[in-house]
Amino acid sequence: MQSTRKIRVLIAKPGLDSHDRGAKVVARALRDAGMEVIYTGLRQSPEQIVETALQEDVDVIGLSILSGAHKTLFPRIMELINEEGLTDMVVFAGGIIPQEDMQELRKIGIKGIFGPGTSTETIIKFVLKNAHKRT
Amino acid sequence: MLDERKIKEIKRERERWESTTLPNWIRHYPERKSEFRNHSDVLIKGIYTPEDTENLDYMSDLGFPGEYPFTRGLHATMYRGRLWTMRMFSGFGTAAQTNQRFKYLLKEGETGLSTAFDYPTIMGYDSDHPMARGEVGVCGVAISSLEDMETLFDGIPLDKVTTSMTINGPAPMLLAMYVAVGDKQGVPRQRLGGTTQNDNLKEFFAQKLCIFPPKPSVKLTTDVIEYCARHLPKWNPVSISGYHIREAGATALQELAFTLYDGIAYVESTLERGLSLEDFAPRLSFFFASHNDFFEEIAKFRAARRLWAKIMKERFHAKKPRSMWMRMHVQTSGCTLTAQQPLNNIVRSTMQALAAVLGGTQSLHTNSFDEALCLPTEESVRVALRTQQIIAYESGVTSTVDPLAGSYYLEALTDEMEEKAVEYIQKIDDMGGAIAAIEKGFFQKEIADSAYRYQREIDDRKRTIVGCNEYTIEEECPIKLLRVDPRAEKEQVSRVQRLRRERDNRKVKEVLEKLHYAAERDENLMPTIIDAVKAYVTLGEITEVLRKVYGEYKELIAI
Repeated sequence: MQSTRKIRVLIAKPGLDSHDRGAKVVARALRDAGMEVIYTGLRQSPEQIVETALQEDVDVIGLSILSGAHKTLFPRIMELINEEGLTDMVVFAGGIIPQEDMQELRKIGIKGIFGPGTSTETIIKFVLKNAHKRT
Repeated sequence: MLDERKIKEIKRERERWESTTLPNWIRHYPERKSEFRNHSDVLIKGIYTPEDTENLDYMSDLGFPGEYPFTRGLHATMYRGRLWTMRMFSGFGTAAQTNQRFKYLLKEGETGLSTAFDYPTIMGYDSDHPMARGEVGVCGVAISSLEDMETLFDGIPLDKVTTSMTINGPAPMLLAMYVAVGDKQGVPRQRLGGTTQNDNLKEFFAQKLCIFPPKPSVKLTTDVIEYCARHLPKWNPVSISGYHIREAGATALQELAFTLYDGIAYVESTLERGLSLEDFAPRLSFFFASHNDFFEEIAKFRAARRLWAKIMKERFHAKKPRSMWMRMHVQTSGCTLTAQQPLNNIVRSTMQALAAVLGGTQSLHTNSFDEALCLPTEESVRVALRTQQIIAYESGVTSTVDPLAGSYYLEALTDEMEEKAVEYIQKIDDMGGAIAAIEKGFFQKEIADSAYRYQREIDDRKRTIVGCNEYTIEEECPIKLLRVDPRAEKEQVSRVQRLRRERDNRKVKEVLEKLHYAAERDENLMPTIIDAVKAYVTLGEITEVLRKVYGEYKELIAI
């Protein structure tokens, strides 16, 4: 019998802000939901994040940012993901992201954007539904 | 507080009530929950009676305001004499933009300044550093050099206001810049009043904006404490902060215990410099959060004041009452604000601010209703300031000192807070102190566990957040958000680059070498850093030298 590979998720903190409460809570919730979760720690550059995603062979990247620098950093991360040919990668984001920025971020390929007050259950469901399962 | 006979009678009557009136009522009208707990997981009883304060000794546990153990307040008349300082944390964009916001707030009646710096400044990077891209002026004001600091306080006489600066790793640099601005304005250094947060310990497990490893970080904190004790008598060199501990997810009890422990660590590190306790202890200040559970918060503030007084007296043998004072600033809790139905946040901030006032704070920041979405607009910050003014001038709670003293519930909670904080302090002592506890990941794990439990309670709807997990509505973002103009970054980057071209770079090189030498010899760095900023050496350049000497902190990653 072939065992199904667990979904592998990278939770990453781009930018200089240090609000990691949300990132850690989401990381723990996804882990408790049966996924393999890697957390990058704080202040990762776009290059470091994509490098870790490659090394850890993840299916999903969750970006957490509360500094307001998402409009500069997210496009760079998506650019690097495309350059690496990671076409299956599912990327979602959380933090303080104004509604008016969301459309633009969805356009560059960020599939889910979760603001303050989102339940961990919503995020778990999103990942389960969207991650491209591999065996 | 009552005699034994009376207590016995009350006990008898309570037992009777518990076997008759109470069950009769509950049979028809059951309670909403099987048990009630506060955020610190303390079981809350249905009623509190004189039995719960049976062991309370008025003189030794409460006393009179302005006297040991200061449970009822630091000053004899509290707000009948002078209201708390209304100090709104603010900063965004360039120094010129924040200078305008400062002047606006002063015009609207705030009584002290409080500066929010942007992330590059907080991390010791100049605005043109690659790590600063997209972050300049976004979450606070960008300050790379004395030139920016001069703009920030342009037209604000530093002998007429006090200024708080939320800065930790680079606290020596920002304080040096403030001193330099004061010198330029001709204000005697003895008259410079304000606060540098400068609490590096909590950075390692709460706010996590660490630059250097723990030991050199504590060394820099202590440099500032020592320098201020000798040269800036009206400056609070450190604001020992529970706020960030709480916002990272700690309970009220953990916030209280960990903060006081950090205080103990700074007292010890400063005593090691050979300063006498009475020379620096009166200037240690504290900073707490005010969260949602009204009575729990009031109990926390009162317990904090009493326990600190006892620690200073019993552990450190302080003699002067001022050395036992815990002066505190309080901020309403940012993490309780909801992005959904944001106007509801005005009510939350009001309750939290009221708790801080009933807890006897010296200074207060009230969050604005839009802060789960963006930095506050002029309108939202005005409402936040008005909230304080309404409490101060309309509510009547300022007419008497410590109006809730003697409440069976509040006094029982205050006692319990103190007792449990003492247990934590004992535990950290046994671990070998604050740095050892950080290195073991003790604080980090305690806080992460509490944060996760809190979120689970919300997700499982065991904890109601109005407008968020109950009473929700479909809404488009109903308010106008403040957006920082992206031109601010460009402007600021060219400003710092122009400065580097135009200043006396020979002098810069010389003073940086001096700094490197002083850092290696473990001298107090404040005098050298003041010389450096006056020569327009940038924040990034100074930090870079210290990074070379001290190394950089590597985060302990745990989820």
